[in-house]
Amino acid sequence: MIGNSAQYPVRRPARYGEAIIERALVAMALSAIAVLGLIILFVFREGAPLMYKVGVARFVLGAKWSPSRGVFGILPMILGSLSVTLGALAVGLPLGLACAIFLAEMAPARLSSVLKPCVELLAGIPSVAYGFMGLVVLVPLIRRWFGGPGFSVLAAAIVLAMMVLPTIVSISYDALKAVPAAYRDGMLALGATRWQAIRMVILPAARPGIIAAVILGMGRAIGETMAVIMVAGNATKIPSSVLEPVRTLTSNIALEMGYAAGEHREALFATGIVLFVVIALLNVVARLFAGAPARGRSK
Amino acid sequence: MSQPRASAERGAPSVGHAEFVPGGSPARPRDPSVLLVLLRLALAVTLALTAIIVTGCGTPSRPGGQAPGSATRSLTVAGSTSVQPFAELLAEEFMTINPDVSVSVQGGGSSAGARAALTGVAQIGMLSRPLKEDERSLQAIVIARDAIAVIVHPSNPVNDLTIDQIRDIFAGRVTNWSRVGGMDHRIDVVSREEGSGTRGSFDEIVMGDSEVTPAAIVQDSNGAVRETVAGDPAAIGYISLGLLDGRVKGIRVSGVAPSVPNIENGTYRIVRPFIFAVRGALSPHAQEFMDFVLSPTGQGLLKAEGLVPASADDQP
Repeated sequence: MIGNSAQYPVRRPARYGEAIIERALVAMALSAIAVLGLIILFVFREGAPLMYKVGVARFVLGAKWSPSRGVFGILPMILGSLSVTLGALAVGLPLGLACAIFLAEMAPARLSSVLKPCVELLAGIPSVAYGFMGLVVLVPLIRRWFGGPGFSVLAAAIVLAMMVLPTIVSISYDALKAVPAAYRDGMLALGATRWQAIRMVILPAARPGIIAAVILGMGRAIGETMAVIMVAGNATKIPSSVLEPVRTLTSNIALEMGYAAGEHREALFATGIVLFVVIALLNVVARLFAGAPARGRSK
Repeated sequence: MSQPRASAERGAPSVGHAEFVPGGSPARPRDPSVLLVLLRLALAVTLALTAIIVTGCGTPSRPGGQAPGSATRSLTVAGSTSVQPFAELLAEEFMTINPDVSVSVQGGGSSAGARAALTGVAQIGMLSRPLKEDERSLQAIVIARDAIAVIVHPSNPVNDLTIDQIRDIFAGRVTNWSRVGGMDHRIDVVSREEGSGTRGSFDEIVMGDSEVTPAAIVQDSNGAVRETVAGDPAAIGYISLGLLDGRVKGIRVSGVAPSVPNIENGTYRIVRPFIFAVRGALSPHAQEFMDFVLSPTGQGLLKAEGLVPASADDQP
């Protein structure tokens, strides 16, 4: 496959074929972007009129959601989404990173070749199964041990942490594995312990990849709907502690879409716009945070 | 599939040793065999997507329409999730009597049911609340009446509440069970989401001008409310009487237990209609189904399930 590339320029039919294939691939890539554009256009067209009518500030900063009375404020849901997402990262990131470091740097090759697929298998479990487990096991435990109704920010954060683990572990693992062996060897040759090598050289070198893992994990957590609906309690009040129920932006849409008509329906699309903007902002912030120093170092 | 790859690329530039990057595989981009495989894959995906889009678009546009040349006549009933299990039962029975008609029952909620009937997506819309102003162009046929039972955990010592007490609890004005004769513990209010027929009827009959507290836990079906209350000794919720079972306790309202006789004699107050809504004249087989539902057989089925049969004075 590598050595025989010289023979291809001679075979003309292959080159015509290639031109067609290349264009087809470009067209497909562009159509993906076009579909994204159409979705954005559609959601904005459906939701923007209501946002404009209510007032963007009142819609985004309003603390009361009562669509049947014409009151549309989604601040509780914005804070809800952020709190369960940050909670999920607070629980899932240390666990996931520790797991990735162990698998990439410490575990014997045979052990990690068994463990890594197991962790990745977690990603294949449907979210409703996580939610059901959370509902049956976690919610009663939280109610008994910590008080409150059990349906809470905490329950949602723990369930989401389980769900973002495979993302964080496998991407951090790849980033750690991409660090050249020479760095590791050099550090060890200088007399550093294995942990010193990991902490001072390998982790900083893999940082952009680890931050990418966090971004993707965050994306999964903020977009997750089914499992969160089942364990978060979905109250429309801004929670004052992690033991209180909370509603996220995605749950708000999924819970009420079946029944929504007219302005209510538009308000759910407007919720979708806010969700879109929140996710875009998180991505931009995280990318700035991840990208700048790395680029500075490589040049 | 592309995500881990992208991250590996993102992780790599900072260390700057291309030969170590796992993503930089030896496969040349111009290698025709790779491209062919890619092309076949892309073709397969495109075909699959097209198939999904075509079938996906085709279904909702004419769900009740007869397939040309097909002997089976079909009928779509859609709407309230409270009415749905009863409608499914009726449909099943109806189809055993009339094997040539296929009745499909779908959920979606009362408002969706009204909309489906208005737009013709379904011939019959199901509602578990009276019609709203903008739905008045539909004709509503009450097929049965249902009570909404206020439920608590079986271990809860409270057996009886007045409508006012229930309203104060759900509005968040009473937040401790001790104020209504129970244990000294916070009340966990469980409600349904905005737009639900059960919520709508509960709001109208019990809450009046008050609003359900935003601190209430919201669940999206009768079953989920029952599950929540069955698991939480401090919870209170409301569900359709037909779904009341031994895992939760239906409390008496001003001394009247939620039961079929008490709905019939008018003493139980939290009662709502189950409605089949239609627009204009019904097609022959839809009319047949409607006649069946209102016939003694159909009404008997509903009664056996814990609903109260529609009486003559229910109909407009």
